[in-house]
Amino acid sequence: MSEVAKNPSVAKEEMRADYEKLANVIDLYSGKEGCLIQVLHAAQEIFGYLPFEVQKYVADNMGFSVSYVSSVSSFYSFFSTTPRTKHDVKVCLGTACYVRGGKLLIEKLQEILGIGVGEATADNVFSIHVTRCVGACGLAPVVVVDDDVYKQVKPGDIAGILDQYRGK
Amino acid sequence: MRIKNVNDLKLIADQYNAELKKYEHTIYVCGGGGCISSKCQDTKNFVDSYIKEQGLSDKVNVIFTGCMGTCAMGPVVLVEPERIYYVHVTPERAKDIIDRQIIGGEVIEEYTFFDANLNKHIPCIDDIPFFAEQVQIVLNKCGKIPFDSIEAYIAKGGFTAVAKAFGMTQQQIIDEVTASGLRGRGGAGFPTGIKWSAGMKAQGDRKCIVCNADEGDPGAFMDRSAIEGDPFCLIEGMMIGGFAIGANNGYVYCRAEYPVAVERFNKALDIAREWGMLGENILGSGFNFDIELRIGAGAFVCGEETALMNSIQGERGEPRQKPPFPFESGLFGCPTIINNVETYYNIAEIINRGADWFAQYGVGKSKGTKVFALAGDVINTGIVEVPMGMSLRKLIFEIGGGITDGMKFKAAQMGGPSGGCITEKNLDTSVDYESLTALGAIMGSGGLIVMGENTCMVDTARFFMQFIQDESCGKCTPCRIGTKRMLEILERITQGKGTLEDLDTLEELSYTIKDTAMCGLGQTAPNPVLSTLANFRDEYEAHIVGKTCPAHICSALAKYYIDPEKCKGCTLCARNCPVQCISGKVKEPHVIDQNKCIKCGACMTNCKFGAVIKK
Repeated sequence: MSEVAKNPSVAKEEMRADYEKLANVIDLYSGKEGCLIQVLHAAQEIFGYLPFEVQKYVADNMGFSVSYVSSVSSFYSFFSTTPRTKHDVKVCLGTACYVRGGKLLIEKLQEILGIGVGEATADNVFSIHVTRCVGACGLAPVVVVDDDVYKQVKPGDIAGILDQYRGK
Repeated sequence: MRIKNVNDLKLIADQYNAELKKYEHTIYVCGGGGCISSKCQDTKNFVDSYIKEQGLSDKVNVIFTGCMGTCAMGPVVLVEPERIYYVHVTPERAKDIIDRQIIGGEVIEEYTFFDANLNKHIPCIDDIPFFAEQVQIVLNKCGKIPFDSIEAYIAKGGFTAVAKAFGMTQQQIIDEVTASGLRGRGGAGFPTGIKWSAGMKAQGDRKCIVCNADEGDPGAFMDRSAIEGDPFCLIEGMMIGGFAIGANNGYVYCRAEYPVAVERFNKALDIAREWGMLGENILGSGFNFDIELRIGAGAFVCGEETALMNSIQGERGEPRQKPPFPFESGLFGCPTIINNVETYYNIAEIINRGADWFAQYGVGKSKGTKVFALAGDVINTGIVEVPMGMSLRKLIFEIGGGITDGMKFKAAQMGGPSGGCITEKNLDTSVDYESLTALGAIMGSGGLIVMGENTCMVDTARFFMQFIQDESCGKCTPCRIGTKRMLEILERITQGKGTLEDLDTLEELSYTIKDTAMCGLGQTAPNPVLSTLANFRDEYEAHIVGKTCPAHICSALAKYYIDPEKCKGCTLCARNCPVQCISGKVKEPHVIDQNKCIKCGACMTNCKFGAVIKK
């Protein structure tokens, strides 16, 4: 169990500024219809992920039940209820990247990092994800680390790409 | 300033065009999605500062544009008035271009576009077949103006169509769109005019007009390019649609995977509001209109129009049962018209130039142009816009430049996970809605993945089914469970464990799912399987009966051999083999024991002499 889940009140104290930001976002959307997903995007931007406490806060302040908020957040692959690693390594497996060898890149990543897809390294620095088409099909296959797009990647390039993020 | 009427538009256009005339040269730096990944921002920053440093600011105009089209060659730069098209322009190359062309007047041919078919560099953009064969209506401003300048948009004739539309009746606008023959560019091809007519006739205090920018088909990036390169054109198209059906609220639903499109469109909305082109009494017409951008959260099914509306409403993106259709009861229960991005990009030109002008392009019931995203094993990957009716052969081999690495063409996949493949024998088919559907493929939204001979079609079918399995929302049984069973069968076949009866089961499941799934996602999900079965049944049979993968892709069926001619006996493969199935003495050719081999490929990855062959 995470520290936050054990003692939400302590966490809230520490994260007061973050919750204030979230309150402002909810305020901003208060006059508009159907903004739950947009608020969840903002919440994930602020907290890095959507732990139970944050979803409850959103629910309480937008007039939803927690189960409803959770039913929406769990539907969409963009929302995560687990903390992010320092660097997300995403391999695109859209059709173009698949045809151009995206699968080999995943195998190489798994070999180098010693983890599977959806898993994080023990030091919580890297995690491997498969992503659907990022719309950079002209550059296939692509690997996206955080927000940086690497184009026409070969398995041999993977180690060098990861090295740029170690210690960052 | 605030634009109050048509005269203001003309004033802005004249001022902007006069400003442009002051410069001797214009350097267009592409800021499209592909070029951003190739670090075009560095090139742009360098060009800006170097031009300043050289004291050329009065003579050279630097413009950061949207996508120019050749996405694998980024960063690309166009220099006017000579219209020289440079590719792979790093800051170092940019310095050379400024020094030698802008200052020295010399064209640096080795930096210009290389045409693989003609085997030579082609400096002038107008001579390059990739561009010369295109007809641009949707993309007529994309890549040619700064994407964040409303003045540049107006100078190219922007907002004159909406001004003209305000002088027409709702019925006149719809008649014009109907007469043009424009059909929905999202893939299904429903006539836009008929849809709008239903929207206009629908009763309701409030109506909505929605743009589907949830471009989810893997391999499709046309809409992204259009929004990033020319966001104001989407605003204008939606405004005309809103006026025609009587909607004052517009919503654009864009997928979260496109942060650049989101950023640029939001900025365009702010600018349009600031200049009075969104808000109240636009151009003094008395018409009020505004647009809100809603961002998706990574669910493919939200490209289906009813699921999309649920997602805009902040709910789970599950499809709704039809009827009621969106034009009866759509977003927030209001009559709603939903069109794809590309559809809206055609509207302004149809209104400005008329239905007849638009309908001169295209064939039969498919009028106008279609934008395609060329990707896969094709030399010129990128965005192209061609008149409907062009042959696929011309599209892939002349514009696309042919297949990479000297491979033979195997198939073109159109329409993503909902579509099918076109093979060599049908390459001369005209690209239009009816011809493609007759072949078991679909026009789709425009993703065109070219596959060379090293692509396994069974594995491709498995790939699409995996995609559908991951993205099925789970609401209806045929899609949730049927596609799972299909995936299991396909996985068995790619592992060499399939039976010939499996093929019959696949077909039976396919037709059942097509007939019974609730929404378009499920109804079209079996298409890639049916299409590959129809065209490549021999490949399925090779996996099942021969236990081989003709393309050597399915790793469970591959066999690894060591070429004794090439093997130096370095022992690296034997040391890296996880099951110790490689034997041989040092400095002598090694041998793989096929009975023990688990086909992991470690030997091949590690061999420094290319001696390990996969067959």
